[in-house]
Amino acid sequence: MAITQAKAKKARYRLKDLKAWIPAMLLLSPSVILLAIFVYGFIGITFSISLNEQKGSGAEGTFIGFDNYVALLDDQRFHIDIWNTALFSAVFIGVSLALGLGLAILLDQKFKGEGFFRTVYLFPMAISFIVSGVIWRWLMNPATGDRTTGLNLLFENVGLGFLVNEWHLTPTWGMAAIALPAIWQMSGYTMALFLAGLRSIPDEVKEAARMDGASEFSIYWRIILPMISPVALSAIVILGHISLKVFDLIIAVAGKQLILDVPSIYMWSTTYDAYNFGRGATLAVYILVSVAVFVVPYLILTNRKEKR
Amino acid sequence: MTMQMTKKELKAQVKSQRRPFNKTGLSAVRHVSNRALLYGLLILFAAFFLLPLYLVILTSIKPLDEISLSAMWDLPTGIDFSAYALAWEKLAPAFANTFTLVIPAAIIASILGSLNGYVLSKWKFPGSNVIFTLMLFGMFIPYQAILIPLSNTVRDLGLYGGTTGLVLVHIVYGLPIMTLIFRNFYLGIPDEIVEAARVDGAGMLKTYTQVILPLSVPAFIVAIIWEFTAVWNDFLFAVVLTGPKAWPITVALNNIAGSQIVEWNVQMSAALMASIPTILVYILLGKYFMRGMMSGALKG
Repeated sequence: MAITQAKAKKARYRLKDLKAWIPAMLLLSPSVILLAIFVYGFIGITFSISLNEQKGSGAEGTFIGFDNYVALLDDQRFHIDIWNTALFSAVFIGVSLALGLGLAILLDQKFKGEGFFRTVYLFPMAISFIVSGVIWRWLMNPATGDRTTGLNLLFENVGLGFLVNEWHLTPTWGMAAIALPAIWQMSGYTMALFLAGLRSIPDEVKEAARMDGASEFSIYWRIILPMISPVALSAIVILGHISLKVFDLIIAVAGKQLILDVPSIYMWSTTYDAYNFGRGATLAVYILVSVAVFVVPYLILTNRKEKR
Repeated sequence: MTMQMTKKELKAQVKSQRRPFNKTGLSAVRHVSNRALLYGLLILFAAFFLLPLYLVILTSIKPLDEISLSAMWDLPTGIDFSAYALAWEKLAPAFANTFTLVIPAAIIASILGSLNGYVLSKWKFPGSNVIFTLMLFGMFIPYQAILIPLSNTVRDLGLYGGTTGLVLVHIVYGLPIMTLIFRNFYLGIPDEIVEAARVDGAGMLKTYTQVILPLSVPAFIVAIIWEFTAVWNDFLFAVVLTGPKAWPITVALNNIAGSQIVEWNVQMSAALMASIPTILVYILLGKYFMRGMMSGALKG
């Protein structure tokens, strides 16, 4: 008797749940449908275009399987792109993390004027890559001789002449210079992430370590840093996905130049300048895969952590 | 009564414990030099972040005849705002375009995000967490991966070249972050409040409009600022989907900077003007701005 009652109660709850779920699903459905089409559907279309030899957007394509993918692996320009992206990512992510962490530790020292310095370090994040590119193209002007200007001129004026360089026009290593404005924009953000992490650590942890006679340095190195390593992971994912698709910044600093070519610019010029849609779509898929390999595990990990 | 310390006394006592006066001379010296080192480093880094801004302001107030490569760092003989007038002439239409773009995009995207966040936090159904994760992926995709079908679709809809198509696109790709911001915000609202409304017989929508929405103001500020900044600073979608008449500020600025005939002081004043709205938002509403930026790291 009691069991059947419980069962009936359970069944009633189910029905009630279902009644609650349907409106919830309906309310969510417009966004879900839009994203299903604009994200997953479009990725599918891009992928199917990439399997074709297709010139022009309306043109009929001929199915060629993975030929576009194979062809790019042998392509000189794509090799330059891979090197440039790797170099940019290494410099941009490495320096942003180091600088961000350093600034966060400085700001964590409890002193007067912290708010001011934090605001200064963070403000470049509020402006667009286009604006900072336009500014830095003047700072990183590679002209020499009488036409020397920008940072090079500043270096000469203050006696740091050995620092004068060709910036983004430096053969092979030019992309490292493009990372400079990106660092200028994003290291403050990285700092904010680390600072939030540092602030979430209770003071008692530090106090206890100090009692045990640990030096300030070893407190940070052995105790604090391991505790904020999840923040570093988030920061790497965010900075990494920016660096793999960098586009605006390069365009604003230097326009389209082979020496500073990256997959997103190659994709652009192949698709919209040369109308080779099949090849352009292939480049797009390569960029997507490079981002997805680390974003997807990160999203799944975050989702799982939340459930616990 | 007398046994109890006043708040003030308590504070003073804590303070004196924290900063003992029996500091030896040596450690005091060390303390001062540590502070000096700290401020020295802070100022050095501040210089790195402010140098470009300094150059922009310096250049933008120089008269045309003082613009030369070798005099880049020299102070102007007088302040001249003519570069701003010239830059404004070139940027004014783009400014108007950007505002007609940003306002509807931020409002509509945040409303949809609020509804989504409400469902995904307070009206969960089987599979809703998976749907949420699938939605979030849209936040991280490189837009190159959808650019070709997107431009075709916008063209098929007859929206190519104008502002409407771009608004639609920004709303759709803003949905993941908007949903994330609101969902995380609503997770902080106790379920009991929603339960109580449910017991009182309020349905899903009524609970939303009468209970949740009034509590959502901070989340709306965060979300609107995020979308405002993102759309204001976007270049890729704008350059693909709009024509000269609808060009927003980023595209217009890039064109000004790319042309050889526009003087350098005009370029710098244009760059400054193009970033004033977002910098103002950052300075005036910094707390909310940061909250949005932080939620981009998937941490509520």
